[in-house]
Parts: sequence; C-alpha cells; structure tokens
Amino acid sequence: MVWVNDVIQGILTGGLYALFACGLSLMFGVMKVVNLAHGDLAVVGGYVALGVIAITHVPVLWSFIIVVPIMALLGYLVQRTLIQAALDRSILTTLLVTFGLSVVIENGLLQFVNADSHSLGVNNAIITASFSIGSQISIAYLLLLILVVAVAVLLGLQFFLSKSKYGRLIRAVADDKEAAQLSGVDYRHVFGIAAAIAFGSVALAGIAQGMYSQFAPTTGTDTILLFAFAAVVIGGLGSLWGTLVGGVVLGVAQEIGSQINSSDGFLAGYIIFLIVLLVRPQGLVARGATS
Amino acid sequence: MSLVAETTARSAENYRVTRSRRNVAWTGLFALAAVVVLYEFPYIVGPGTTTIITQAFIILTMASMWNLLAGYAGLVSVGQQVFVGLGAYIVLALNIHNISVFTALPVAVIGCGVAALPLWYLVSRLRSGYFAIATWVLASTVMLVIEKIGWLGSGTGLSLPHTPNVSAAVFTAYNYWCGLAVTVLAMLSVYLLLRSRLGLALTAIRDDEVAARSSGARVGLVRMLVFVIAGAGCGGAGAVLAISLPIVQPSAVFDVQWTAVMAFAVIIGGLGTIEGPILGTVVYMVLQQELQSYNVWYLIILGLVAIGVAIFARRGLWGLVDDHLHLRLFPVGYWLWDPASSGRRSRGLGLGRRRGRHS
Amino acid sequence: MSGTNAVSGQVDGSTPLLEVRELSVHHGQLEALHRVSLRVFPGEVYAIIGANGAGKSTLLRTIAGLHRPTDGSILFDGQDLTRVRPERRAIRGIVMVPEGRRLFPSLTVEENLLVGATYARKGPWTIERVYELFSWMAERRGQPTAQLSGGEQQSVAIGRALVANPRVLLLDELSLGLAPVVVQRIYAMLPQILATGLTVLLVEQDVSQALRVATRIQCLLEGRTTLEGRPADVTVQQVEAAYFGLTGTPAAGAGGES
Repeated sequence: MVWVNDVIQGILTGGLYALFACGLSLMFGVMKVVNLAHGDLAVVGGYVALGVIAITHVPVLWSFIIVVPIMALLGYLVQRTLIQAALDRSILTTLLVTFGLSVVIENGLLQFVNADSHSLGVNNAIITASFSIGSQISIAYLLLLILVVAVAVLLGLQFFLSKSKYGRLIRAVADDKEAAQLSGVDYRHVFGIAAAIAFGSVALAGIAQGMYSQFAPTTGTDTILLFAFAAVVIGGLGSLWGTLVGGVVLGVAQEIGSQINSSDGFLAGYIIFLIVLLVRPQGLVARGATS
Repeated sequence: MSLVAETTARSAENYRVTRSRRNVAWTGLFALAAVVVLYEFPYIVGPGTTTIITQAFIILTMASMWNLLAGYAGLVSVGQQVFVGLGAYIVLALNIHNISVFTALPVAVIGCGVAALPLWYLVSRLRSGYFAIATWVLASTVMLVIEKIGWLGSGTGLSLPHTPNVSAAVFTAYNYWCGLAVTVLAMLSVYLLLRSRLGLALTAIRDDEVAARSSGARVGLVRMLVFVIAGAGCGGAGAVLAISLPIVQPSAVFDVQWTAVMAFAVIIGGLGTIEGPILGTVVYMVLQQELQSYNVWYLIILGLVAIGVAIFARRGLWGLVDDHLHLRLFPVGYWLWDPASSGRRSRGLGLGRRRGRHS
Repeated sequence: MSGTNAVSGQVDGSTPLLEVRELSVHHGQLEALHRVSLRVFPGEVYAIIGANGAGKSTLLRTIAGLHRPTDGSILFDGQDLTRVRPERRAIRGIVMVPEGRRLFPSLTVEENLLVGATYARKGPWTIERVYELFSWMAERRGQPTAQLSGGEQQSVAIGRALVANPRVLLLDELSLGLAPVVVQRIYAMLPQILATGLTVLLVEQDVSQALRVATRIQCLLEGRTTLEGRPADVTVQQVEAAYFGLTGTPAAGAGGES
C-alpha cells in the first residue's frame, strides 16, 4: 500500500503549495492583478532570511518574525507605487510591469548573489526527523509543521477577512471599489494592505521552501509561480480554502507521478492542471472567474 | 441655431475619409530597397556581423508576433517560447531524418501554426492574467515532454546532424538569409493583416470588445487567427534559432527569457504600432552588444526600462516619435479630413492608435 | 440662521453649501455637460430632472468626485473641491447613494452599514438610528444583501450613506427599477432625514415625484440647463418644454445656453 504514503506525502506538500498560492489568490481576488513576480518574491523572502540570519544569528525557525514584516512593508510600498501606477493604466500594464519585475528580480539575484542553490539549514534535530505510522508511512515533522502553519495562515486570513475592520474593507473594495470610495474608503490604501499580506505570506512560504528543500534565483519562475497558479486554478479562482484543496491535489498528483517515473513528478502536476483547465476553467471548488 | 440643427450641420457627409495612398507607395519602395540591401549584407560584411544581424532578425520576428498578440489582440502571452522551442525541435527532428534544414524551416512554420490550434483551445477561455500564466504552464509542460524524448537528445540536447557541407562563413550566410526571409514574411503578414478588414476588427476589439462584438466582429475567430499567426511566426524564429545554435537544447529554446526579450523590445519600442518592434529590437541589440561582458545586466536594465516605459510612456519610443513628427512608416490607418480646418489634416483616427481622452 | 427655509423654499441670498460653476464634463470625445451651474443651500431638497442621457447622473458623479471635469469648479462650503479625490469628499461630508444601489454583494446588511460608518463624521446618524428609520432592517442585519428586494436594497444603500453623517446627501435615481409604491415609501423618509440637518441633492427621472419633494428644481437637456426654479413657480408646460427641448416661448428662469 505504498500509494497511501504517496497520498500522505502529497497532502503534506500541499500545505506548502497552499502557502505559496494564497497570496496570488488574494491579489487577484482583491485587485484583479496577476502578480507574475509572485514566485520570485518567495525566493526573495528566502534570501532575505539568509541575510537576516547571517546578521542577527536568529535561529532559522524564528527568522520569519523579522522577514515577514519586512516583506509585508515592501509589499505595501511596491503596491502603492509601481502596481497602482500600472493599474491606473490598464490590466495589460500590470501584467507587463509584474513580468518586468520578475525578470529584474531574477537577473538581479543572479548578478548580485550567484546562480547556486541555497537552503536554510535547520539544525533542530526534532524538526529534521520523521515519525512512522505502521511500516509504510513516514511523516517528516518539518513538513507536518509547514502544513500546520499553512492551515493556520488560511484560518487567520479567513478570520481577518470576515471579522476585522480592514478585512471588511478589503472585501468591500474587492466587490466595488468605486462604491467604497463613496463611503470614504481610499482603495489604494486597502490594496496596499492586501499586497502586504500577499508579500508576507509568500515570503513565509519561501522560508518554508528554504527549510524543506532549497531555492535558487530562478526557482521563482521555474517552479513556484507555476505551482501556486496551478493550485489556485485547480482549487478555484477566488476561493481561499480552494488553494489548500488545489495544493493538495497538486501535491498528490506530483507524488504519484514521481512514483511512476522519478522525473515525472512535475509533469504529472502540470497535466492535472491542464486537464482542469480543459474541463472546468473555474477549478474544482467552483466560483466562476473566467472574466 | 438649436443643438439639433448644429449637429446635423456637422454631419459625416462633410468629412472625407481617405487611406494614405501616397504613403503606401513610398513605404513599399523603401521596404523593397531595405530588403535588397539587407540581402547583400553577407557579401559585404564579415560573418561576425552577419551572425549579429541574424540574431536581430530572430528577435524582430518574435517581437512583431508578440506585438500582434498583446498590442492588437489584447492577449498577453508569457509562453510564446513554446513555439520558439517547437519550431527549433521540428527542424531538429526533420533533420535527424535527413531532411535539409532549409526544407524543414517552412515545415516548422506551418507546424507551429497548426500546433497553435489545440493550445488555443486550452487557453482561450481564460482572461488576461490567467491566460498569461496558462501559456507559461503550457510552455513548461511541452518542454518537460520534449526533455523525455531520447532520440531528440533529452535534456542535454543535440546538434543538427545533417547540415550542408559548406564552410562556416557560407553556412552563416545561409542562416542569415533564412532569418531575413522569415522576418520579411512575418512583417509582411502583420502589415497585410492590419490593413485588411480583419485588422479593423482587431483594433475595434482591442478598443472596446463589447461594442466590437455587437457590431458583428467575430471576436473569438479573429483572436484565434492572431494566435495561430503568432505561433507560426515564433516557430519560424525558433527554426532560424535552431540553425544558428551549435546545439539544440530544451532549456535554451524553451527559455522564458525569449518572451521576456520579445515583450521588452515591444514595450520599449512601442506597443500597438508596427514600427515599434523594429525600434525595440534595435534598442535590445544595442544594449545586448554593449553590456555583453557584464553578464545579465542588460536584462536588468531592459526590464527596468520596460517597466518605466509601460507606466510612463505607454506607446514607447515610436509613440514619442509619432507624437512629434506624425510619421507613419507603415500606413494602416485612415485619415479624417475636417472641412472646418480649411483642408489641413486633422489628427487622424489611425488604426492601431487610441486617440482622445485616456480613460 | 441663514439658508433655505425648508418648508417654504425661500432662499435668502446667503452662501450656498454646495456650488457648481460652469462645469463641463467629457466622456472621451463626447461632451456630457456644458457649462452647467447650480447652487444648493443648506436644508434644501434640490432636484435635477431630465431625460435619459441629459447628463444628470454625470453631474452628480462629478460632484461626488468619480469624474474629472474638463472645465469649471465645484465648491463646498466655499472651498474648492474640484481636484479632491472622491473618498476625501465623502469624509468632508458629500456622500452619494449611487445609481443602482451598488451595495457590496459579498457583505451582509450590517457589514455594508459598517463600511459606511468606517470614516464617518460625528453626527446624529448611527447604525442603530438607521435601524429605527427602516424598521425591517434590524432583524435582517445578518443577511447577504443579494437576498433583499430592490426597495430593501435601496434602503440599505441610503442607510450606508447616512451613517457617514454627510452634510450633503446625493441621491442618484432612487426610483430606478423600483415599483412606484416602494419609491413613494422611500421618498416619505426624506423629511426625517432632513430634520437631522442634512441637505439633499437628488437626480430623478420621475418628474412628478421630483416636483413633489423638491424645494427647487433644475432641468438638464443634452448637458445644458434648460430650466431652474421652484416647483411652485413653474408650469407643467414649461417643464415639458425644458425636458424635451421644444422650442417656442422661452422657459421662465432658464439659465445657461440652450
């Protein structure tokens, strides 16, 4: 029953994918921006963590406390300046600008760091260990932790959106930003907050990626962006919990794929994504959004 | 005079609409002369320069196609590299079976055009941003599939096995002429398309899709046609690329950098104008040649400039030229002659141009 | 106290609360408003009438800040607001109930009101007071607004504007898409709203309804003013002529070009 282990592994990695995806989903849901630099931002988060750890010697597991706020602030600033300026022109311009950002970030990293892969070494023995259920199933504590964090982030986001003042404003602005203006809401500021959340969450995901495996300057576009997007589409555009479902489906597909043929993991994931595109462009957890 | 009477007096009958016929003759001559001169280049300059210009042809073809997609059909594709790669691999595949690369080239062009159809079916229902990433996923998927094919060289790639038995300089010239042919064909197609009724439909769709649809424009059909042409064009560029590379590798020909370069060239040169891609390609080549020794700096600078242009100078460099000189090398527009301005040409409602207040 | 006597509609020549001077607005190349002026005094109900496409909603939206005028100015309490962003105008006290209600569909009734109250000024209106005004609302406060009827949605939209404690309330085509009896009920609320010190500027397609509630009216045709005055001072024929643009005897008190 090896496949049971595959499914479990897939569910675990699904948590990481959901963490990648929720920021992308949020930015599209609120401001209709598809951030093509999203994956690269995760990598930037990883490199910032490396730098922070080198300077402050904070343990890897706690580096997010410093990195996430930095990235969130960066998100607010980038949104209020670049992305808002692009949004004021047209949706096409936002695509061009975020694509440009992606290329600049990647090549900037290549130029100023180097092309090697890095990882955030976790020294804590407990975290790097795994426990077994029966003889077939092995669960790494780190992956489990990442899944727990992902669910916690999604829960937190849901709570924030439904109960808090800014969560309400974000939902209102996402519905109708003009009507929100008539009620005194500066939607640019609200967009900034949404972007801050998106950048912060994807940086967290980048740190998780760094702990669990590794990242390099091109990882953002090689894998992360496509995984995040696939998770969003499979789970349904506009659905927060859908990103978890999508992430899990993607993770499981990749695990099963790599069991069939060790290099086919990614391919299996993409094929599932393409099938979903073909059959149900809205994704598996509905909420039509092909417009 | 009452409002009603006033508007009737300024009715359309008093305006004249002309196609700039005089311009066409000059453009045609100019283009023909340019092609002849370009044809002669390999006899005049050395192989080094020839190779550089071949690269420029590849970029120019891709840029024209991306411009057609994004600037006219409103389709931002971040996965055009799929056709570049497919074009390259069709040439490789045919060449492995002993077919000359020069015969393989047109096959690659047509093949990519045909391949564009199922791909279009997959992505056509998605809107803007999701269309973009979906094309990227498609490109990655196709690359992964090709990487598994052993006889095409898998991940490490393969050199073209059956190239003509000529000196390197001559082969470079052959490659150059292939590039020239593909580019001329590409730009001619774009020009003819935009001058035709389909071109009119394109601009209508780009400016206001709902209005265009209700006027009878077959939006889906026109967009699909553009996607197919762009696919064929990028395939041609990929074929020329394959001939010019020492080895055909998935990671090189399916690289998303190709889309980055096409897009940046177009944005900087001028999105939505035919002349834009030419200008953008020139800028790109200059930057690349100047900054070659500085690694990837030219891409960083290109990217930053493109971002700046996209936000502040929407119509790019050509837009700036056009604004000040009212020049149009490739006339595809109509000019509106306002009788009230005593025969002076009013600001034309050119095709491929968004005039009036920006909303 | 200066301003308009809300009952008799007398204007005593004091400073207007809201003033529009020679406003011109373009939609692309189309001129929607041509040098339109108006003055609204505190406590008034000022109605703008006109046929479809006359420019009424454009005028209101420009006052709210959603359109940039090409010429002219907008003054609120003597201060030039022409370049001020819409959300800042709302905070200063000009709040619009937009055409078509435009409630936030993924928010409940109460959440819609809460959004309206987020940047509210100090004043008599609270969410509780809105629940008193519309007696049915309190029980349905947790319902998503998509489940409400047209009239109920209109009430919520008005409530959302009221909780911001505006000084000038802009009402854009309240009657659109609603049954006449519902419209009457909503307009019947106006006195209670005015009693708290608000001024109302409204756009209305239903001319008789407008004439019934307004202290002064202004008629627009193709972006130009064709009639202004008090309902008591204009005849039906004059209103018709101004509304449809029939030439003949000039309308009493007509301002601007025609």
